[in-house]
Amino acid sequence: MYRYDQYDQAIVDARVDEFRDQTARRLAGHLTEDQFKPLRLKNGLYLQLHAYMLRVAVPYGTLNGTQMRMLGHIARTYDRGYGHFTTRQNIQYNWIKLEQAPDILADLATVEMHAIQTSGESIRNLSADQYAGAAADEICDPRPWAELIRQATTFHPEFSYLPRKFKIAVIAADEDRIAMRLHDIGLRLVTNDAGELGFEVYIGGGMGRTPFVAPLIRPFLPADNLFSYIEAALRVWNRWARRDNIHKQRIKILVHEMGEEEFRRQVEEEWQAILANASDFPRKELDRIATYFAPPPFETGLVDEIDRTDPDFALWVDQNVKAHKAPGYTIVNISLKPANGIPGDITADQIDLVADLAERYSFDDVRSTHAQNLVLPHVRKADLYAVWQALAASGLAEANLDLVSDIIACPGLDYCSLANARSIPIGQKIAARFADPVRQRDLGELKIKISGCINACGHHHAGHIGILGVDRKGTENYQLLLGGSGAEDASLGRITGPGFDENGIVDAVEKATNVYLAQRQDGERFLDTYRRIGIDAFKEAIYG
Amino acid sequence: MAETTLRFRDDEPHEEPAVSIDAFLDQSNATAVRIEAGEDARLLIPYLDRIALIEVDFPRFRDGRGYSSARILREAGYTGEIRASGDVLVDQMLFMRRCGFDSFAPDAPIDPATLDAALTRYDYVYQPAADDAVPVWKLRHG
Repeated sequence: MYRYDQYDQAIVDARVDEFRDQTARRLAGHLTEDQFKPLRLKNGLYLQLHAYMLRVAVPYGTLNGTQMRMLGHIARTYDRGYGHFTTRQNIQYNWIKLEQAPDILADLATVEMHAIQTSGESIRNLSADQYAGAAADEICDPRPWAELIRQATTFHPEFSYLPRKFKIAVIAADEDRIAMRLHDIGLRLVTNDAGELGFEVYIGGGMGRTPFVAPLIRPFLPADNLFSYIEAALRVWNRWARRDNIHKQRIKILVHEMGEEEFRRQVEEEWQAILANASDFPRKELDRIATYFAPPPFETGLVDEIDRTDPDFALWVDQNVKAHKAPGYTIVNISLKPANGIPGDITADQIDLVADLAERYSFDDVRSTHAQNLVLPHVRKADLYAVWQALAASGLAEANLDLVSDIIACPGLDYCSLANARSIPIGQKIAARFADPVRQRDLGELKIKISGCINACGHHHAGHIGILGVDRKGTENYQLLLGGSGAEDASLGRITGPGFDENGIVDAVEKATNVYLAQRQDGERFLDTYRRIGIDAFKEAIYG
Repeated sequence: MAETTLRFRDDEPHEEPAVSIDAFLDQSNATAVRIEAGEDARLLIPYLDRIALIEVDFPRFRDGRGYSSARILREAGYTGEIRASGDVLVDQMLFMRRCGFDSFAPDAPIDPATLDAALTRYDYVYQPAADDAVPVWKLRHG
């Protein structure tokens, strides 16, 4: 993985110093809360219902064991012994004291981590494929480009008081594992007919109250011009987005209102104007970064068989272990969705265990996923059983990846000051209803995503089954959406009809799955059946 | 209205009151222009050689449109004064300097020690901008 040189370290250290100074000025009353708010948000510090919440950046979802242990240390020292992995591959802590936030940032800086631009109206920490460097279907490792964008967009002087937040995602595979087209900018590495590397550039996706799947704005951007083109798009948006209504200031609204054609024209024009400034990083800098992402020394001649004698182990392998590009290796998904758990939550001891396993079995490499799980990307097949046993002993071997109980949920009204309804207990009730693992496997891939308000942090628009919690005359009410997808077949879910109470929504989900079971044809997932037969059959079963 | 203007230029302050872009485009003899948030700085590009002061207004400190205005003017080769006025806070002034602002007329007074610390805290930057800071990729590769 990438390692800081003296420049990266100096920049992160200066940030700690800056935030310590800003916090001191706030505590001394020299900054008003209104003035301090955007400053703390640019360091990932939110004021939530009960306490401050700190969101720590996990750039493109890549961590090493030392960094994991620091995350465990922070959970123990400054929080209540656990952390929460988010839908943007970051980790957040829910019980932080403002006075201690600078110390946490200082601790993070010792392991080359930070909380820079993890919230606020800035270019956020960017997402990348959690299987990068391990997936068989990638054309190259996207992480060198992700690191280049991280540097290029860190403390960008022109784009630090943007109309709204701005999220970038990068993939290099056919399969989209990170909901790339639901980002402000989605990038997919491709090669053209001449064999040159470039990007498909999608702009204007997003969820929130007005969801859009991003249109393809440029089918092929030469790879070396990535930064200048992003700058051009940001400048068009920064200059011409609305500033009068916070709900209409994301780039997706500008693209939609301006129209795809006109937006593309303006970005191209701006890009031509700034190309001469040579803001693009030279290829030798990309090459320097790429050396840190060279493939680990995979062994050859390894056993390519997995001993499936233990039936529980075999079930876990079938569900949570994915094909690796190197013979004899696998990709291990660690579910953070145990029964009765909180999606994405992990204790300090579990964090330490994952750090140990990464160092011992996965070339010191851990990934976080937008589905709020973790990944050990390079595990030998011969080591799988030992890894599984260690995970099982710590409650981390739930064999439910992409099944009905692998639910994405935002923190909801249990933590969040924006929420209208609770999300976590709804997820727990659904998981309890479908607790039988045989039933879960029979239902197959079924992505349920729950948001506790219209801001859609729980990605409900992109769920095969989405649930949106709203406030209806003072009581929590849950709307059901069907047919969304954040994958390469991206689509937005449709609301089925009137909402439900807390138990009614669980019944409605079950009825929808019953329609699927009755109607499915060979090999169809829930989403496939829905797309084939349409929403009416489901509505009839749910409301009829 | 600002009591003091902080200047990072050696030349004499230009005292002519700034006129609006519309007024400037109508009466061509003004040498100081004021850009409101949301106005197009590129309208001034044909006239930059006879403008001495461009004032960019920040109605709210969270409104970041003025950063792009300043950069566009510098990219077009403008070397006169660019002044940030309005709701300009000390924690924004480093990035404003990087975007090409070289004077400030903030609504509220700025503490000089805090400003000095803010402007000197970062030894390195990741990307080129309108200032002369050298991006780290250039330091890395010479």
